[in-house]
Parts: sequence; structure tokens; C-alpha cells
Amino acid sequence: MKAFFNYISEIFRGFYSLLQGMGVTGKYLFTPWKYITQNYPENRDTLKMFDRFRGEVIMPHNENNEHKCTGCGICEINCPNGTIEVITKTIVTEDGKKKRVLDKHIYHLGMCTLCNLCVRACPSDAIVMGQKFEHAVFDRKNLTKVLNKPGSKLEANVKE
Amino acid sequence: MAEYKEILFHSDKIKTDDYLINMGPQHPSTHGALRVVAKLEGEIVEAVDPIVGYIHSGIEKMCESLGYHQVIHLTDRMDYLSAHINNEAVCLCVENALQIEVPERVKYIRTIFDELTRIASHQLWWCATGLDLGAMTTFFYGLRDREPILDIFEETCGARMTFNYNVPGGLMFDIHPNFQKRVKDFIKYFRKKLPEYDTLLTGNVIFTERTKGLGVLSKEDAIAWGVTGPSGRASGFECDVRKLHPYSAYPYVKFEEKLATEGDTFWRYKLRIEEMWESMNIIEQLIDNIPEGDHAVKMKGVIKLPEGEFYQRVETSKGDFGVFIVSDGKKNPYRLKFRSPGFSNLFALNQMVKGVKIADLVAIMATLDLVIPDIDR
Amino acid sequence: MAFSIYDFTEFTKSIHEGLSSSLSPTMTTVVEWVIIGVLYILFVALFGLFLVYAERKVCAAIQQRVGPNRVGPWGFFQTIADFVKLLMKEIINPKGVDGFLYNVAPYIVIITVFIILSLIPFAPGLQAFDFDIGVFFVTAVSSIGVIGILLAGWSSNNKYSLIGGMRSGAQIISYELSIGLSIITMVIMSGTMQISGIINAQANGWFIFKGHIPAIIAFIVFIIASTAETNRGPFDLPEGESELTGGFHTEYSGIKFAFFFLAEYMNLFIVSAMATIIFLGGWMPLHFGEFNSFNAAMDVIPPIIWFFLKVCAIMLLIMWFKWTFPRLRVDQILTLEWKYLLPINLFNILLMTAVVLLGWHW
Repeated sequence: MKAFFNYISEIFRGFYSLLQGMGVTGKYLFTPWKYITQNYPENRDTLKMFDRFRGEVIMPHNENNEHKCTGCGICEINCPNGTIEVITKTIVTEDGKKKRVLDKHIYHLGMCTLCNLCVRACPSDAIVMGQKFEHAVFDRKNLTKVLNKPGSKLEANVKE
Repeated sequence: MAEYKEILFHSDKIKTDDYLINMGPQHPSTHGALRVVAKLEGEIVEAVDPIVGYIHSGIEKMCESLGYHQVIHLTDRMDYLSAHINNEAVCLCVENALQIEVPERVKYIRTIFDELTRIASHQLWWCATGLDLGAMTTFFYGLRDREPILDIFEETCGARMTFNYNVPGGLMFDIHPNFQKRVKDFIKYFRKKLPEYDTLLTGNVIFTERTKGLGVLSKEDAIAWGVTGPSGRASGFECDVRKLHPYSAYPYVKFEEKLATEGDTFWRYKLRIEEMWESMNIIEQLIDNIPEGDHAVKMKGVIKLPEGEFYQRVETSKGDFGVFIVSDGKKNPYRLKFRSPGFSNLFALNQMVKGVKIADLVAIMATLDLVIPDIDR
Repeated sequence: MAFSIYDFTEFTKSIHEGLSSSLSPTMTTVVEWVIIGVLYILFVALFGLFLVYAERKVCAAIQQRVGPNRVGPWGFFQTIADFVKLLMKEIINPKGVDGFLYNVAPYIVIITVFIILSLIPFAPGLQAFDFDIGVFFVTAVSSIGVIGILLAGWSSNNKYSLIGGMRSGAQIISYELSIGLSIITMVIMSGTMQISGIINAQANGWFIFKGHIPAIIAFIVFIIASTAETNRGPFDLPEGESELTGGFHTEYSGIKFAFFFLAEYMNLFIVSAMATIIFLGGWMPLHFGEFNSFNAAMDVIPPIIWFFLKVCAIMLLIMWFKWTFPRLRVDQILTLEWKYLLPINLFNILLMTAVVLLGWHW
């Protein structure tokens, strides 16, 4: 007899646990206007990444098309993947001295793991992390970028 | 078939009518490129043989050509669910080797991040377990609650999974001003949502029937196979590194090491749910008491470890994670070995699967919480 | 032509008379067959696609997502786009399959659906066949579908498919029993197996209200068993994608896969329609004994809308199961049937017999 009551109570307890589970999902089922996902491409205008978000390495230029990179190559040494290539050239300044300046700061986005080590190591804060995250392109060549803009110069007040 | 026989179950034991099925390398419930060859008798599994190496990425070898601060970003990519804890293990090892004492503030922040990582990892594990058992909705509820944690990480570290937030000697940046408020909001929110997990899955009669008494791993086997983390503790193996060898701020907090004696699938599941509660307790003890101070000690650009061998253990969400550095005094490690918990946990699988059904094999693998890059490295 | 949304009997009769006045009797029958066949194919294609869409929206709501929202308003044409994609896909015959059985399996599954559909009355007069053993015929035919699934599993030359097919065989044959017995319970109450007879017997109240306790038990058992019968919800072991990567239809592609897919959703419709007919009065509006004004108010809504409302409510319930519960294991599925549902059912038949004999129903 006891086994029989156990059998019956087992059925009811199992049934109750199932109903409880349906209660949880039912709460969401009947409120379909409350969703937690984002409509991504539509909300592109309002979507703002956090300040520290690491999307890509960029080199900020000021209004006179000047950057802070001295071409020292510390970022290149610090990069674990060989993402950065710093190419320098030697120019003759007005007062006749020879000076080594940045020619091209080449950045391979396709190889970058966004580890932030280059930005951290840079002695003159010439490179920072940008917030852009839509990096899909049709050709792999487009992932290789030259960070300094053409014709840009070193800012005057940067210590070398 | 011939090729299996050579690698599988000592080929002399194999009979011609054995029914072998190949779960993976591409299979929805192996959570990645893991191959498990199962020998079946009808639906009943007689033995399994996990075959690893399909996504081996040579991280240990790569580390030998990198500096110590560069090694850290590779550990993100091993067990990507406990990335922060892996980072911390390398940092602690280097700091111990150099005998640097990091500021108290760093210890507190690291511990809070550890526990947040543990919660996030267990949430994703909960999603995947539900999915493996056929309850698809759990997947979305788990991801929904993981989102606030990832936002916290993103705001402070700048990345959602591969943080690279630890550096030898401290942290890469200080915490974001919003950090404490966000963490407190999350804990308030998650304390309300976690009981939902219990109603939906833990208390469900189908779930309990499917998992109780299934895939029992005895304490002796757990110790012999080195099964650590919640999987080992479910068998009664006291293996919590946070208790045994406290690191960072763990000596300052009170928490309980959850243990069970059953060692079955249900308790492996249950312990992880309880660990989430316990992690929230730890965070609550620390979050208001973060001391003021520097976020890192000054280090040289190139770190050189003294000659010798160094080992550091930490408790990741999967179990006991170890970093073993052999240094010859140069700027690169001579040899760097990771002891990953997933590898040992996976190979205890054969102890648990005798006589279970295929569906149970999936359930057992789910509660071992396997992350394949952690196994293959 | 007398057309009324409330009763299609006159309308169909006038079509028949119109055809027979201009054609020979044989030709009339042929033309009628063609018309009905085309209508059913259209119904299966369109309603099946709607069901796929509905399921995706329901699961999105449960999981706090939006669901398909790209193709058309609210993503309404998403499933049509999917279907077009399936039609254009290459049909692959994997190496080592049993060619004939492999190709014939999806047709067996989909033909079963059409045979059963012909027995379902959508509204008064909208029914292709009305046998005097209608309910019995439905249960008999629905078990043919399992042969298609077994053949698909067997002939695919894939171990996962074979396991899926075998599971499906064990499961569907067991749950046929529960479906049959719970239908018998209600046949005892109605005293007829003819589908129109069953519906007409519910003119003054649906069976689930008239038969109170035993009818409610039979309803619950029927819903559980029919969920299992359609390989859905917590009973989707034959597919079990986390274990068997798709089960019996792993190796199918293109239109053949679409047949399995459509058949699954039309089976969902069929079991819901059967539950509606047997327990909730089919197309019969909600009537309560002598409340004439209430009954008249309910009669304003056309029967065809009543029918689809009830069917959709039951389909929503079954979808709700699927997206809430974890999957059962193969031995538990048999335990549930043979140790729980079958004894309950047998007891319930006794109870119903007693209720009917003693006149304790309304």
C-alpha cells in the first residue's frame, strides 16, 4: 500500500516540478515585447563602445597633421605577433643635423591580438586603442594599414 | 575501420561485431574539436577513448620565444572561459620568482576578477549543459545573465574574453570608476536570477532522473586521475587551491569549500551552482574594501627571471591550473609547461562511462566542463 | 451557389452538383479528387511554413529574443525564403545508402500526413472522408509514418541515423498504445468512432467539461503521448541533435529533408487537431448546456475560426513543452509509457466506464 502511495506522490511531485519549470518560461513567453537582444545594424548610430574597448591600434593626429611617434620601435619589440613594423628614414633638418624620423608605421590588423602591450610600452603615447570594431573587409590586403597619415610630421614638443 | 583498431582499446581486444561510433571531431556536444570514440552494445556504452590534438596550437612552444609579459596574452586563449585566472597564474609565478610583493589593491582586484570570471564560466557551462541535455532555453538564460559580467570586464579591461589585464607586477590599468557600482548591481540582479536556474533545471524531474547516480567517480579514482575543481570535489576530493595554497586576497575572505561525497553527475552539476553562490559571497566581502594604492609596481621593460624552476597553482573554474617555468636567466623562458585541469578531467571519462547510454555519455561530458583549447593547448 | 462561412455543406454540395451536371460521374470524381488534392497540398505547404515560423517566434519569445525579423514584416516570409533555399539545394545520395529505401522513406512519411489530413474536419462540411471508424483509422494510419522514419534510419548507412531510427521505432510503437487507449476512453463516452458523430455529440458542451475527471486525465495523457508520437519536445530522441547530430534525417538534404521537416510540423498540427476533435469539440463553438444567450453569442464566431483557435492553443502548449524541458533518455521514455501512462490509462478507462454507466457525466 505504501509503495502505491509513493507511486502516486511521485507522479504528482514530478508533475509539479514540470509545471514550475513551465511557469518560468511562461513568464517570458507571454511577455514577448520584453527582449534582451539588440537589433544590431539598426542601432549602429546609438551603439557606443566603452572608452577602454580595444578595437584596433590607431595613431592620433592633431589638426596640423602631426603625430607623436618618434619611430623608436619599442612597440615593434613589444608586439608578440610581429603585427607592427616601424620603418624610419633619415632626413637633414634645417640646421644641418641628420635626424631619424618615422617613415611608415605599418600595422597588420589581421595578425593583431589586441593585447595592448604596444600601447602600454609606447614612451610618447603616440599610439592608442581605437573603438572601431567593424573590421570585416573583402580583401586581406586591406587589413594592412599605415597608421601615420601621408605627409604627417612629428609634433614639436615631443621629447626624443 | 582498420585505422581505429590500431589506436583504440588495445587492438587485440576488439571483436569484429563491435559497434564503434565516432563522436567528433565535429559533433555538437563535444564543445569543440574533441574526438571521442565510443564502443557500443546497442545503446549502451562499453568504453570510450578520447582522442585529443585536433586543435593543438603549440602555445607552450610559442611561449619559449616570447618575453614574460608577452606570454600572458597567450594564456587567454587556452581556457578562454577562465582567461583572467590563467593570466594571474603566470603573473603570480613571475612575481614569486622575482620576489616582488604586489600592492594590496592589486590583490583585491585580482580576486574580484577571479570570482567574476568563475561565475561567468559556470554560467556558460550551465547553458551548455542544458543544451546537451536537450533543454535549449537554458542556453539563452545563461548567456543573458553572463552579459552584465562581460560588460564589467569590457568597461575595465577593454575586452570581453581575452582580457590580458594582468601584467607581472600588477594590473594593466586601474579599475574603471563605475566598476564597484556595476559589480554590486550585478550581484543584486544575479541573486534574483539564480533561483530561476534551480526551478528550470535543477528541480526538474526529468533532469534529476537523468543525472542522479549517473557516471559515479569514486574518491580514489578522482585522486588517481587528478580530477580537480568542482568535478573532483563532487567525489569528496578536497582540492580547492584557494583553500590549500591561498593566493592573492583569498587569505582575507571567508568562504566554504563545497564538497559532496556522491561523485555523480547531479552533484558535479549542483556543486557548480553552489560555487556561484559562494563566489558572490566572496565578491561581496571584497568589493567595498578595495584599499587605495597603486595598480602596479614599476617593472623593467624586459623581465629576466633568475635561473631556476618555478611553479604556481591557481584554482580556475575547471580545477587546478599550474604554471611551471624553467628559466635559464634569459628574457625568454627555457621551458614553460601548463598543467591544465581539462586534460586530467577528460581522461577520467573512461572510469565513469561503463554501462551508460549514449545520451548519458553526453551528460557526463557536459558536467566535466570541457573546454577543448584548455585540453589541447 | 450558397456560400456561408458557418456551414460549408451547402457550398460543397453545390460544387458537386455543378460538376456532375456537365461531366460524366467518373470525370466528376476525378476532378473532385484533383481539386481536393491540390487544396491539401497547398494547405500543407502554407500551413507547414506558417507553423515553422510560429515555432521560431514562440521559442524566441521564451528565450527573450526577437526571432526572425529580416524577410518581410516581422520576418513573416523567412520560412518561405528558407523553403526556396531547400528546394534549390542539391539532393545528395551518400555513398553506400540503400538507394530505393533511402529515396522512398520521406515519401512514406509525408503521404501518411496527407491520409490523416483527409479525415480532419475543419468546419461543418469541410472534410474529405467521414468514415464510421474515423478515429480508429487515424490511429491505424499514423503508425505507418514510423516505417518511413525506420527506413530512413536504416538505409542512410550512418550509425547515428540507425540509432535514431531504432529509438523512434521503440518510442512511437509504445506511445501508440497510450494514444489509442485515451481515445478509447473518449469513444466510450461518445458511443461512436465517426469523427462527425464525436463532434456532434459535443454540441451541448465539450467532452473535457462533460467527462470531468476521467476526461481531463485522458486529455493530459493524450497530450503527453502525442508529443512523444510526433518526436517533439522532451521526446525528440530520434533527432536528439546534441547526441545524434540530427538522428534519422542526418543524411538527407534538399527537398527530401524538407519533407521530413514539413511532416514533423504537420504531425504537430494533426495531433493538435485530434485533441481538439476528441476533447474540445472540434469546430463546435463553446456551448454550456442551457445558457441559450451565451451559446448564441458564441455561435457568432464561425466554426472554422473556433477550430483553428483551439488547434493553435494546443500547438502553443506543445511548443511550450519543447522549449522548457530537457530531453528524456531512451529507457526513461519507455518507463514513462509502460510504468506510468499505461496503468493510469487502464484505470482511467475503468473510471470512464463507471462514469458513463452510472450517468455521472453531464
